[in-house]
Formats: sequence, structure tokens, C-alpha cells
Amino acid sequence: MDILFDLAERYNYAATIFLMVAGLYIVIARGNMVKKLVGLSIFQTSVYLLFIEPSKIVGGTAPIIDPDFSIYSNPLPHVLILTAIVVGVATISLGLALIVRINEAYGTIEEDEILNNGDGG
Amino acid sequence: MTLLIFVTIGIIQQRRLFAVVILAGAYSFLMASVMLVLDAVDVALTEASVGAGISTVVLLATLHLTKTIEIHSLRPTAIPLLLSIVVGMLIVWGTLGLPPFGTADSPIHAHVAPRYLSQSIAETGVPNVVTAVLADYRGFDTLGEVTVIFTAGIGVMLLLRGLRRRDEGRSGAEQ
Repeated sequence: MDILFDLAERYNYAATIFLMVAGLYIVIARGNMVKKLVGLSIFQTSVYLLFIEPSKIVGGTAPIIDPDFSIYSNPLPHVLILTAIVVGVATISLGLALIVRINEAYGTIEEDEILNNGDGG
Repeated sequence: MTLLIFVTIGIIQQRRLFAVVILAGAYSFLMASVMLVLDAVDVALTEASVGAGISTVVLLATLHLTKTIEIHSLRPTAIPLLLSIVVGMLIVWGTLGLPPFGTADSPIHAHVAPRYLSQSIAETGVPNVVTAVLADYRGFDTLGEVTVIFTAGIGVMLLLRGLRRRDEGRSGAEQ
């Protein structure tokens, strides 16, 4: 059972880190700006996961006070991540508005094409 | 979690942005389910409504205003891949010191959280501790959050209002 728990723990963190690295890779490697923002949001959600994971207690329940339960997971990371999710959506919306504006000015949302246009003209 | 990984690989591979956006929505719902399993019900609700709902709508609106096909980039992918892997290794190295998953005696559970859990009913009268902390103990955080959203909203409105005005100007010039 201990070995199973160990594996589960490693697997959680490993998957979270994979998501984080994948988001980073999309942000750096892809030229399309919409895709870059999707990558950024993947990166963000992986950070949420990294915060939420330590707050879980095996055998505990959600932090809503009830006489039937005595073990609750830690509410503080939940609060922080609630704030982070909403702020993340706000920043993503702002980025998308900027993309719309860039598309209007350059006629494209690909970084490479924008750079080429800059060289040519 | 495994499904999350597959969806992420799909997002990396997929070139049609419409599919990317739909996959991102699916990703958010999966993330919400994982949060639910991790006992973070409030976070799961927010992620499902805000992450999977509003984000997807905003992304689709952007696609409507721009293009939906990603071109094949000519730039090399080796350097970003290498950089990502190096960063991933650093993070793995950093997480080696974390306490084991799900134990009640790890340092995170020893600071203010027990106080919140034991006192919040007496001090605020709200059974949901997350709400109590969000609205009472950390009200200033929430105020800052609202400020950020307000600023972002103003920014989006300014950027898009200019768009509409220029469109009208262009059509007026054509007539």
C-alpha cells in the first residue's frame, strides 16, 4: 500500500510537471498567437494543480464544516487558486483583445509573418 | 490525469485552431474533475464555469475575428524543446523535497489552516471555509482581484472599441 501511495504521489507531480513543460514548449515554439495563449493557460492550470495537490489529505473531505467529518483539506490554497483562476481569465481576455488588434493592423496572427512584413517594408 | 496529458499532446499537434480551442475546453473540464477528486470543490466549480465556459467563448470570439488555421512554422523546434526539458528537470529537482502526497502532517497543514478550520464558524458563521477565508480573512486579496479584472475589462473595451470605430470609418470611406 505504501508503494502504491508513493507511486500515486510521484505520478501526480510528474503529470503536473509534464503539463507545465508542455505549456512552456507551446509558448516558446509555436508562432501562432492564439495557440501561444492556449499554451499559457495550460501552464497556468498546471500551476493551479501544483498548489491544490499538497492541500489534499487522504481520507479528508472538502473544507465545508460539518459535524459528520473531522478531517478537511487545507482551504488556503483553494482560496488562492480561486483568485488566480479569475485573474488568469482576465489576462487571457486582454491578450486575445490584443491579438484581435494585431490581426487588424498586420492582417495575420502569426509571429513569423509579422516579422517578415517588418523586414520587407 | 492521463487524459489531461493526452489532451495536451493533442493541443500541441493540432494545427486547426478551432480544434485547439475545443480541446482546451475539454482540458478545463478534465482539470475541474481532477480538482473535484482533490477535494477542492470551489476551485472545481470556478474552473468549470470560468475556465471551460468563459475562456472557450472568448477564444471562439477571437477565432471569429481572426484566422482559424495555423501555418507550419519554419523555425527550429530543437532549442525550445531542449529549454523546456531543462526547465522541467529543474522543477522535478525542486519537487523532490516536497512532502508525500495526502499526509496530514506536512508543513502546509500546520500554519494558519487549522485556525481557519476551527474558528471560522465562530468568527464568520459561514460553514464553507473557502468562502469564509475568501470574503472575510483575505478580503483585501479579493479587492485586488476585482481591481485586476476591472483593469483588464477596461483594456479589452478600449482595444475593441477602437476596432469598431475604425471599421465604421473604413466602410464610410468605401461608400
